[in-house]
Amino acid sequence: MKLKQLESVLGDLEQFSNPKVELEQYPTGPHIASRMLYTAENSFGDVSNKVVADFGCGCGTLGAAAALLGADQVIAIDIDSDSLELASENAVDLELDIDFVQCDIRNLEWRGHVDTVVMNPPFGTRKKGVDMDFLSMALKVASQAVYSLHKTSTREVSRSV
Amino acid sequence: MRLLTHNMLSSNIKGVANGFPLLIEVEKVIEKQVDFNPDFLKNIFPKIEWQALVQASRSMGYSELPEESPESSMLDSDDFLMKFHHVLLELHLEEGALVCPETGRKFPVNKGIPNMLLHEDEV
Repeated sequence: MKLKQLESVLGDLEQFSNPKVELEQYPTGPHIASRMLYTAENSFGDVSNKVVADFGCGCGTLGAAAALLGADQVIAIDIDSDSLELASENAVDLELDIDFVQCDIRNLEWRGHVDTVVMNPPFGTRKKGVDMDFLSMALKVASQAVYSLHKTSTREVSRSV
Repeated sequence: MRLLTHNMLSSNIKGVANGFPLLIEVEKVIEKQVDFNPDFLKNIFPKIEWQALVQASRSMGYSELPEESPESSMLDSDDFLMKFHHVLLELHLEEGALVCPETGRKFPVNKGIPNMLLHEDEV
């Protein structure tokens, strides 16, 4: 799938109608989502034929992008029922096979590993440190790669994780 | 939720030492066809907890998966790979529950989505 096509498909996804501020909910824009996953696949081979997890999937943009780029299995995790319902509907609309799990990433218990974790985690403006919790968990669960978006101001903290 | 995901989920209740595998209570299973990809299956095979997969498949009503962990030569058999494929990727627990093997606590599964959110006293 070409980048422009991917971006266009992702742009059609249903978004949050009532985003929950406490959870820092907002959709990952199709521009950045498509480029992030496209790079993960084309420069590093981390998507197609792999098991990919989307931590804090929200309306499911990153997980959907992974599935569209050939991930063999996508597991999308979020704490919020409304998000999961939305993400499920988006997956059905695109005829994608994605497994959803409702869980707080901070107390996820995973046996073994997935190949790649992709995520746009909450930045920690509401629950301080939650972005680092997501990053720690992602590094534990992924055997090959983690692709994550963070605020520039937290760069120093990320280095110590 | 398919059994590949079940094979990686563990009970996350604080203090639980043996939270894997979660037992399965079935109310509704659906089957969804997925394209057969032998390369993916051969790659994922070593990462699968075999006993957990067999147990889970039996809970879901499928009994053709061999109980003993197959030798790698089995991976050359299309017959075996197709059963493995079917169990791992095509059987979905749509309604039911996942049960913590240590505490018996039930994590409900609705519309294929397991709810692993913990109560305050379990964190």
